[in-house]
Amino acid sequence: MFKYTLKRLLAGVITVWFIATATFVAMHAVPGDPLLNDKAVTPEIRRNLEEKYGLDKPVFTQYLIYMGNMLQGDFGISFTQQNRRVNDIIRDHFPVSAMLGLLAIFFATAGGIVWGALTATYRNRAPDVVIMFLVILGISVPSFVFAALGQLLLVNINSWVGYSLIPVAGWGTIRHMLMPALVLGLGTMALLTRLMRSTMLDIVNADYIRTAKAKGLSPLRIFFRHQLRNAILPVVTILGPQIAAITTGGFVVELVFAIPGLGRYFVQAVQQLDYTVIMGTTVFYGAFLVLMVITVDIIYGYIDPRVQLE
Amino acid sequence: MNHSTTAFVADDFKPARVTVHAEQLSRPSLSYWQDAWIRLKKNTRAIISLYIVILLGFFTLVGPFVWTTDPTLLDLGQISQPPGFSKIALLVEPYQSWDGIILDDFPAEPDEYIEVIPPPENFRVVDSPTTQRVRLAWNPVDGAAGYNIYRHDHKPTAFNDLGLPLGSTFGGNEVSYEDRLDIDSSTYFYSIVSTDGIDESELYTVIEIKPRQIITVQAALQRGLLTAVEANTALGKEIKLEFHPLGTDALGRDMLARLMYGARVSLFIGIVAPLLFVTFGVAYGGVAGYHGGRIDALLMRFADFVVALPFLLFMILFKIAFGIGPGESGIFPMLLALVMLAWPATARLVRGQVLQIREEGYIQAARLLGARDSYLILRHIIPNTIGVILVTLTFAVPSAIFTEAFLSFIGMGVAPPTPSWGSMCNEGVKTMLSHPHELIFPALFISVTVLAFNLLGDGLTEALDSRLRSRE
Repeated sequence: MFKYTLKRLLAGVITVWFIATATFVAMHAVPGDPLLNDKAVTPEIRRNLEEKYGLDKPVFTQYLIYMGNMLQGDFGISFTQQNRRVNDIIRDHFPVSAMLGLLAIFFATAGGIVWGALTATYRNRAPDVVIMFLVILGISVPSFVFAALGQLLLVNINSWVGYSLIPVAGWGTIRHMLMPALVLGLGTMALLTRLMRSTMLDIVNADYIRTAKAKGLSPLRIFFRHQLRNAILPVVTILGPQIAAITTGGFVVELVFAIPGLGRYFVQAVQQLDYTVIMGTTVFYGAFLVLMVITVDIIYGYIDPRVQLE
Repeated sequence: MNHSTTAFVADDFKPARVTVHAEQLSRPSLSYWQDAWIRLKKNTRAIISLYIVILLGFFTLVGPFVWTTDPTLLDLGQISQPPGFSKIALLVEPYQSWDGIILDDFPAEPDEYIEVIPPPENFRVVDSPTTQRVRLAWNPVDGAAGYNIYRHDHKPTAFNDLGLPLGSTFGGNEVSYEDRLDIDSSTYFYSIVSTDGIDESELYTVIEIKPRQIITVQAALQRGLLTAVEANTALGKEIKLEFHPLGTDALGRDMLARLMYGARVSLFIGIVAPLLFVTFGVAYGGVAGYHGGRIDALLMRFADFVVALPFLLFMILFKIAFGIGPGESGIFPMLLALVMLAWPATARLVRGQVLQIREEGYIQAARLLGARDSYLILRHIIPNTIGVILVTLTFAVPSAIFTEAFLSFIGMGVAPPTPSWGSMCNEGVKTMLSHPHELIFPALFISVTVLAFNLLGDGLTEALDSRLRSRE
């Protein structure tokens, strides 16, 4: 177990190194120059600026310095925001994205399990048909449309209630988070519902369910202890990649709902060619995702004793 | 050994009478593909989806020949028009300035102080109201130092709900106002309030006005609605404005034409990118799976790295790394970025299949008979994985369309003015509350396309699953 974790972590470190290198190469292939944004840069000032950011050195030296700093956990200084460190930007704005993502994943898994179990129980009857139709909608409608519709709904609710019951945009309280998180989780919720339904239907015919019935267990007990527990396993497996999809998918939701998360900063940094912020956020996100996938795999080993972690 | 006792007669050599059909052809034997096609045809949802996909192809390829409106043409006279029939407009001369009505005498000062100045009487329209200008006039009010004019799209309910403040006059003797602010051919409610120079009265009068759609002869000529000969006698006649069946966007561009051209971009990326990266993935996974051992381990390790890259972040990164020159649409960089990032999933899948097939008996038999590698791969391995590849391809299309829409929506995708469904949504969401059709149509197209490909993929998965082959 310990050996497995260590092995996975080592592979994770190599992956993060690969991500960092790919980011560095991509960034240096970008035409244009982050210093061009400033007006009236005389050659002298430019030289000073290049020295400050280390742009005057050969690319490979820059790479070594960048990697060295990153090993010490230092992502450098932003190009466009005067003297703001990338670490500070991440520290200030990542918690917002993480909070949003966490809530979205909670909505998605809770919804996916409940709806999936419902559809499987009422197979081919009204609840199944209605929920599966909604699932198809959830898979085929882009998230930004849901975001826009969600806002529209909030506007109407608020004007009906007469005061700002659930804020339409912004960030701060739990009420601000509800709608964005729901919108963000919808796609994953639809996927999970589908997965849950098919595994539940497989399990209904399993031998151990028949045995449980033969033993005379109550239907409720069979449902919760035997069906649901086993059906949740595949849901956990795809949760790893889905966390990745949700955290990066947060871009749109953050833009539409004006949430000061890291995704919005990333988009902004790309538009302004802010080298250090782009590289910092990409590597940070990459490391975060790798860690998430490893964590989910290890958790899976605990939940399902049949899975042998080698 | 008493055989000789029973002699054989000629009858014994006749064929025996068939009593039981031990072996019978219940149906013609079908190839894998014939069988899959039969089962796909039974799946109504998949077939409907197939038709939708074909229709979409027609929509974008043949559509522009049928509906020849230029998608880049700005029709500034018809901005954000909802879908509907073509409008009739009156041909008029260019705008001529209006002096308004200014009385020589100021209104009389009332003898005693009036708490609330009444609104003017005889609040009326001068000339016929058109979308060019609406001219208002009224009678002066005693004690008024000026008047404020408001415009609203619904009937005002209270003095603080008069709508858009249009302007105010500078003296009690100025008793007219001309509105030229972005007038539509819809119903407006104009209100007027008197002021004592400092405060506004709480009393108001409202009139309802429906301005008439007009177009100047010059503008009609310019937009090709009139010929030069017709223009001479056109004044005062009615003319049909450009027809926009699905309305226009915020710049007055025809939605239908833009949707057709946008489909071209979205479907191009949605179909070409999967074709490219699935092909690459098949080659990569095929090589890895076929060779196995160290090459396999090495290739797959690299694929694992690429999978670990945060997809959307790198899409954006690569897209800017490849750069967009002036006047380019940014389709190619997006295509390249998609191909570079999306192949590993297919490669993994194909590798797994190939590893399985490699051990099959018929491969060993072929090898024993002296088949070369290239023959094995082309004749046996690829045809046996093609089902899986086809399914992957169908599911890759909606995800590529989604990626394009997503990137264009956050402004990182196709560069304007090239339309794509995603960038149209991006523009539409800004005017969502007032003109929802600008968001609804592109979003609908994305959703229907994605849905059709998803259902088709589901149908193909079932049809190509050899475990479910029809046994009747």
